[in-house]
Amino acid sequence: MSLSNWPLKKENSEAYNIKNSKQITIPDGLWIKCFDCGLLMYSKVLKRNLKVCPQCSYHFQASSNERIDQLIDQGSWQPMDVHLISTDPLGFKDQKLYSQRLKDTAFKTGLQDAVQTGTGTMQGKKVCLGIMDFRFMGGSMGSVVGEKLTRLLEKATQEKLPAIILCASGGARMQEGMLSLMQMAKISSALEMHKKENLLYISVLTSPTTGGVTASFAMLGDLIIAEPKALIAFAGRRVIEQTIKEDLPDNFQSSEYLFEHGFLDLIVSRTQLRSKLIQILSLHNHSK
Amino acid sequence: MITSNRKPIVPDFMRPVAELEGQVEELKKLAPKNDIIINNKIARFQNQLVKLQKEIFSSLTPLQRLHLVRQSERPTTLDYIPGILDEWIELHGDRGGADDPALVGGIGKINGRNIVFIGHQRGRGTKENVARNFGMPAPGGYRKALRLMKHANRFGMPILTFIDTPGAWAGLKAEELGQGEAIAVNLREMFSFEVPIVCTIIGEGGSGGALGIGIGDSILMLEYAIYTVATPEACAAILWKNSKESLAAAEALKITSHDLKVLGIVDEILQEPLGGAQADPYTASQYLKKELTEQLDSLSKLDSQTLKKRRYEKFRRMGAFYEI
Repeated sequence: MSLSNWPLKKENSEAYNIKNSKQITIPDGLWIKCFDCGLLMYSKVLKRNLKVCPQCSYHFQASSNERIDQLIDQGSWQPMDVHLISTDPLGFKDQKLYSQRLKDTAFKTGLQDAVQTGTGTMQGKKVCLGIMDFRFMGGSMGSVVGEKLTRLLEKATQEKLPAIILCASGGARMQEGMLSLMQMAKISSALEMHKKENLLYISVLTSPTTGGVTASFAMLGDLIIAEPKALIAFAGRRVIEQTIKEDLPDNFQSSEYLFEHGFLDLIVSRTQLRSKLIQILSLHNHSK
Repeated sequence: MITSNRKPIVPDFMRPVAELEGQVEELKKLAPKNDIIINNKIARFQNQLVKLQKEIFSSLTPLQRLHLVRQSERPTTLDYIPGILDEWIELHGDRGGADDPALVGGIGKINGRNIVFIGHQRGRGTKENVARNFGMPAPGGYRKALRLMKHANRFGMPILTFIDTPGAWAGLKAEELGQGEAIAVNLREMFSFEVPIVCTIIGEGGSGGALGIGIGDSILMLEYAIYTVATPEACAAILWKNSKESLAAAEALKITSHDLKVLGIVDEILQEPLGGAQADPYTASQYLKKELTEQLDSLSKLDSQTLKKRRYEKFRRMGAFYEI
């Protein structure tokens, strides 16, 4: 082998190595390693523990379907507005057409957009529940998310029900331009109506809750609850690091950080969330 | 109105005009005072120059508009206020330990009607910009705005807001003090006020930082102003993974006044003098005053409940989707 071929050879062998190690770990997600403590566990064990690591209680991302199962009484879930679909109002194209991206994501996730809304009971008590799903384009908020949450809150106002929204979102969906930004206003207006009727609204912040969602309904809960160690931010960490050119505290923009600064009522583990919400609802007697 | 006497920075697309302008000035100096033929020729040059300028300005790309409104000569909120209001007093403080210089507000009178005004305040030149934090308010700014708007609501004064910010401040302190919460509360509370609210985008409307004082019964926008969900630079960096694609991002995001009128986000587009508001700030302020007066005249005919209902429905309609 000539010397000039040496780097090439090395690159190839590295690629080969990666392939090899992948083959070992891939028996299709049967075993999962905790991102935080490295515990290796059987996937069903993790699922049974609501996707919370049994050793270090790291919270894995949960899909909206899993959340519904975890929170709502079995068989009581009644979804709303499942057939709302974005129209790609700007004809947006980045590296891919937005309309195509929507179709692909819908196919992959089985969802039409980044939020599921509906009513259900929690230990017999009826609530309006909205759950964002980070798998759908980073949980970004476009027209459909805005419309579904607004309709949910309008229903809650009309039927005098408490509302709960679980946030998981990267912020406004840029592919819909200013229409996305205006969804912040729209949802906030619906919350104003809900508030005026003296109804309870609880926002539950899960990782990540950032950008336009933080600057609207996430922070407007009468009570605000967060999952442990969730990322909750207005601006991205990298943006801030670049502007101030300084290291940020380790727990910056985590639930614990926000709790310390007075922006959260409670930090509740996912395994306790249902019982805590039921307790809170029972302490607010809505039927006048 | 330009406070410093340093040479203004000319954007690329204005360079040919600026060069020709300079040459015409030179010619004028050189030409003998009473030579009619030469003077006629110079006048013709000047006419052509105006035509050229009109042409350039009628075909500005979104990114060029962004650069135009970021020019430091562009009038800011406090430049417009004296031209618009008969008399005014700036008020200070959020009553929570801060007075944010990037968001100003106060009470005043427009055509005999008492109002409260609120606006983002950029600076001119580096020193002033640092003091004003480049027009990027901290949470305290939004809380000051809310306090002033509540004041307006109590005393039945219409609210005028002027939007001109690259975005809400993204910094350690801003996160610590709850930037998200401050903006969120403003969004909700602005739907509860029983007085007319007129918002005008006078320069750059940057995302949530702009929307934080941007809920109104009428949304006006200066011709060359832009209003965007994320700056084209940030959008390019995120979606194209390359911040050099900001031209494409600016086109795709639909940030110009005409695009936003079509989308139903902006109600009226206000004409700017030739060369943009910075070319003739006084005239620009008079255009603005006329439109604001008309808006207030028509809005104050509505009773408070109708006003609130209209505002709710206005934003309720925004969004594009279909149902199958």
